[in-house]
Amino acid sequence: MMESPKQAYRVEAHELLAELETSLLALEEEPEDQDLISRVFRAMHTIKGSGSMFGFDDIASFAHELETVFDLVRNGRMAVTKALIDLTLASADLIRFMLDDVHAGDVSENKVAQNIIASLRTLLPSNAPRQPAPPPSRPPPDAGRTSAVSRDIPESPSGNVTYRISLRLAQDVFVRGTNPILLLNELRDLGECRVTARLNDIPNLEAIDPEKCYTYWDVILTTNRGVDAVKDVFIFVEDECDLIIKVIDVIEPSAESADTISHKKLGDILLERGDISPWHIEKTLGKQKRIGQLLMEEGLVAPDQVASALAEQDHVKGIRQKYSQAEQASSIRVPAERLDKLVNLVGELVTVQARLSQTVGPLEHAGLLSISEEVERLITELRDNTMSIRMLPIGTTFSKFKRLVRDLSNDLGKEVAMLTEGAETELDKTVIDRLNDPLVHLIRNSIDHGIEMPQIRQAAGKPREGTVHLSAEHSGASVLIRIRDDGAGLNSAAIRRKAEERGLITPGTELSEKETFSLIFAPGFSTAQKVTGVSGRGVGMDVVKRSIDTLRGSIDISSREGEGTTVTLKLPLTLAIIDGLLVQLGEGRFVLPLSIVEECVELTREDVAKSHGKQIIYVRGEIVPYIQLRDLFAIPGTPPDVQQIVITESAGGRVGFVVDKVVGEHQTVIKSMGRMFRDVDVISGATILGDGTVALIIDIPKLVHGVEAREAVRGN
Amino acid sequence: MAKLIMTVDDSASIRQMVSFTLKQAGYQVLEAVDGVDALSKMDGAGVNMLLTDLNMPNMDGIELIRQVRAKGAFKFIPIIMLTTESQAEKKQQGKTAGATGWIVKPFNPDQLLAVVKKVLG
Repeated sequence: MMESPKQAYRVEAHELLAELETSLLALEEEPEDQDLISRVFRAMHTIKGSGSMFGFDDIASFAHELETVFDLVRNGRMAVTKALIDLTLASADLIRFMLDDVHAGDVSENKVAQNIIASLRTLLPSNAPRQPAPPPSRPPPDAGRTSAVSRDIPESPSGNVTYRISLRLAQDVFVRGTNPILLLNELRDLGECRVTARLNDIPNLEAIDPEKCYTYWDVILTTNRGVDAVKDVFIFVEDECDLIIKVIDVIEPSAESADTISHKKLGDILLERGDISPWHIEKTLGKQKRIGQLLMEEGLVAPDQVASALAEQDHVKGIRQKYSQAEQASSIRVPAERLDKLVNLVGELVTVQARLSQTVGPLEHAGLLSISEEVERLITELRDNTMSIRMLPIGTTFSKFKRLVRDLSNDLGKEVAMLTEGAETELDKTVIDRLNDPLVHLIRNSIDHGIEMPQIRQAAGKPREGTVHLSAEHSGASVLIRIRDDGAGLNSAAIRRKAEERGLITPGTELSEKETFSLIFAPGFSTAQKVTGVSGRGVGMDVVKRSIDTLRGSIDISSREGEGTTVTLKLPLTLAIIDGLLVQLGEGRFVLPLSIVEECVELTREDVAKSHGKQIIYVRGEIVPYIQLRDLFAIPGTPPDVQQIVITESAGGRVGFVVDKVVGEHQTVIKSMGRMFRDVDVISGATILGDGTVALIIDIPKLVHGVEAREAVRGN
Repeated sequence: MAKLIMTVDDSASIRQMVSFTLKQAGYQVLEAVDGVDALSKMDGAGVNMLLTDLNMPNMDGIELIRQVRAKGAFKFIPIIMLTTESQAEKKQQGKTAGATGWIVKPFNPDQLLAVVKKVLG
């Protein structure tokens, strides 16, 4: 078992102290014995050195004093006296005590220790150097060294700095165990690095001493670690090498590098390094060859000097380019229509893929099947990727509203702050675009109807400043957007009264709170006392609701009088591809959005007969009205004996749709119907099925709305 | 094959700490209590690196470095000396004798490993 280092040190120190005592007693007999003096010194040295390693700092600093004294004795600058031996023995006792009692305290506060130290100092010869005790916590081993590196190099640059490092090691470095390769590798660990070995000092083969280092290096290093990290690499060799570290390029993190790509000319680099004089450059530039070539031909610089300078030029160019590329690559601006086109193409691909697997299935061809599956997997991935490209953070829309809130509250004389949350939540671009108007309307409502005037707020014990809180978050395949205000809240009695006035409900109708609140979405409803410039423009909450419906979203409202109102919008992540339920009616096929489908039940002839012509059925004790899609769409032919009712849940309650057959779930790529069908609002689009036929996508809320309106007309 | 490092120190606690740290890092460790002990254990052991204290009985670190460098087999191995901050003069002597680098006491395991990695690769 491994002893704890502290315990090991205690044991060792006790042994050393015992040895120290023996040596001291022997020394008293023979004060000139060098061997004994060395033993005493060594014991003190070890007690000090190891003590500081294992946290016995007070012992270390105390032993340091003794070590200093015995160093002088050892060098013959001080004689061993009885007083010294007495003091040292007392010191040994003290150290023993400090070893066992961790609470002995700081040497500077320990009286016995202070007395011993003071007495020791009186023994010192007057010309002896007094080394102060080292502080308890020592700097790291490489601290405090000096360096010839020029001070104009920033200590800790914030960005990437490119250094030119010229390293010429002493020729005998090998015999001191230094491996230059390791030094260069260490530099490479710091950042992008280009090393050019300079070989022109290597003598002819006969003259080479294989134990000597003739090569020297030019290193171009780009790092963000600061010049100290670079200098640390050379800490063991800095006394035996010519080392020049120079900053040649700095890229600040915020710098706009794209426009500033420039690099030094080869001649400038050679000039800067002192490899050539300006005069030679001038002279040579007059000719029309590459400058490096020319300078070499002229014999003014050696080929490896040019190679090294070229490497530097290349490196800096590379770093700069990479930096600007990285910035460019982080975002690409593409016209939105190209993206739409891409999504369309992916949609087509999904369709074709459906046909492919439909065709391949019955063939039972193993090879073809595996290809088809592979294609399916790739297309699914492609689809998800393409969809994610269309996703944008909602934050841009949020920030637009800040201005709106500010202007509005100024106009109305209210004090309103807007807080946003979840600005990073991503939504399909189309959804975000179409969400703008409804959100503007809801925020206007909050400020106009919700937040009270400052004095009213104060009277109600609320802060003068009202808050509109706008938040977005993911919830499954949907995004929830909440507009919450801490205003007056909805007054359900007032809503009721108004609804009765407008004939939206008959007096005495029993309504839950939620149902009452949802009345404000009814067309033509407005509870504002007067028409302001903000709301009451004839655009009601019904418009908001309809816009959200077209996004296949839902809207929910909750409120507490006097405390505020929260409107929650639930929106699908994307509009381009939805999960649908494929149903059959005669020869035609239709898609219902799966998100609002609750269940499917059978409808037999008996059920129809039992309901006496009323289009309702009982589903687990609840009455659910249904719509005969066959009749509605005027589809010819006779329905099968057993039909299916797809029960959907939407804001208007549960409604069933009678179809011939439920085919199953379908990945529905929504295609718009084109301008000609603009007015057909019960069909929200079309999709192409695996066999190439077209299925229409039914807009359930609109269909229900339309049927209800027609019934109402008929009823009247 | 794990590299073999010899640690030479008359302080058992330092040897223990060095040895433990290096073994944890996957090196093999050979311990010696002073220069004489180190020289006798070194031959044929295939030592890849030497870590030595300077103040030791029998043969101190400087002499050990000098003698190790004189052996053909160890002419180029990295040698690190353990010094205290007050031994600038010793450090210079050590360098002259052929030490590759140094660690100033007190040091912690991370500093030790950083230096070993630096000179041994």
